[in-house]
Amino acid sequence: MSIRHGLLALLERGQMYGYQLRAAFEESTGSTWPLNIGQVYTTLSRLERDGLVRPLPESEAGQRPYEITDAGRADLALWFATPISRTDRPRDELAIKLALALTTPGVDVRSVVQAQRSATMRALQELTRLKYGSNRPEDLPWRLVLDSMVFQAEAEVRWLDHCETSLVRHQPSGPAPPASRPDDPDARDAARWAGEEARR
Amino acid sequence: MSGSDDAVLDLRAVHRTHGVGPAAVHALRGVSLVVRPGELVAVMGPSGSGKSTLLALAGGLDRPTGGEVRVEGQPLGALDRRGLAQLRRRRIGYIFQQLNLLGSLSALENVALPLELDGTSGRRARALAMAALTEVGLPALGDRFPDQLSGGQQQRVAIARALVGERRLVLADEPTGALDSQTGEAVLHLLRRRIDAGAAGVLVTHEARHAGWADRVVFLRDGVLVDTTAPLGSVEQLLSGSDR
Repeated sequence: MSIRHGLLALLERGQMYGYQLRAAFEESTGSTWPLNIGQVYTTLSRLERDGLVRPLPESEAGQRPYEITDAGRADLALWFATPISRTDRPRDELAIKLALALTTPGVDVRSVVQAQRSATMRALQELTRLKYGSNRPEDLPWRLVLDSMVFQAEAEVRWLDHCETSLVRHQPSGPAPPASRPDDPDARDAARWAGEEARR
Repeated sequence: MSGSDDAVLDLRAVHRTHGVGPAAVHALRGVSLVVRPGELVAVMGPSGSGKSTLLALAGGLDRPTGGEVRVEGQPLGALDRRGLAQLRRRRIGYIFQQLNLLGSLSALENVALPLELDGTSGRRARALAMAALTEVGLPALGDRFPDQLSGGQQQRVAIARALVGERRLVLADEPTGALDSQTGEAVLHLLRRRIDAGAAGVLVTHEARHAGWADRVVFLRDGVLVDTTAPLGSVEQLLSGSDR
């Protein structure tokens, strides 16, 4: 995503000008995805170039509203109908960081795991607190966005728990042993584990 | 020492060892934890990390082999069995995965039971029980028996029983158990509301999503607290910082 499809979905409700689009976008994502007005206008001009929106005459106040075209509606319908592929999402920096931590001498991987888990747990607490405070029926879109972030954070905490358990099993001595001790069975195990993770 | 005058629950370097000699199992090894009014602390950790032991000690259901447990400033070790039982009935509410509702009593009678056992008059106990059932959203179902209620309703009755009267410490062990996610969330909502009204709570859970309802989350591993999140700020602070 796709600020592009976000704006198309908003214009499907009716014509809007840039500042209205920005406000509506932030409202529907519960301010969890702030946009600057420059992003809105850049996106609008690309949509216009591709024939998905068209500008309308300026109002007296100097605001130029946009409306969605038939091609824009078709594009939007296709977007709603197509599942988002996991491979389209950015690579998971955290997984790469942990895999590297395991193979880098002198890094205490358990500390990395615990620090991340505290931070993610904290984010989860904040999201839950925000959800607790939004009970009105009109808050539903925002609550669902928050829920999505809650479930993602939960999955990350579960994965970090899993990492910690795996580390305990493979490195009973605590901090990661330096990778330069190939005769140490723990180091070999850890290196093998990291290798398997990296190949996945 | 992290002791505190206003602490509702104060665990001081608590140890719990089962058995002796080489076969001894160290369930808790020097855990200190303070929970204040209006604070919900979630305890997370893998199976066997000591979560349930911690909760049993906090509620006076078990005694530590070292260190001290205080509830509202009262060292539990100084109480005899009778005194401990009284404290448990009056000041501490328990919510377990196993609901332990009595099938031969109505919802209202189940909720009123701990008060009546404690010598509260039947009439007053029923009035307080009705208030608790209203708090959990079941004011009209007091006459029903447990087998006439859905799983979610039964859990609410069990929560009403844990909250009835003036419980200052609420202890919950996986309280959402087998409930679906919406019903489970409603349960946590109720717990949160009572905490916000001034009680203190400890929530043992293995689900991060549920721990998210807490003000602070502590992680146990092998009987030791390994990690804790900082207390949360206000919603206003969260909102102003939500563009991070």
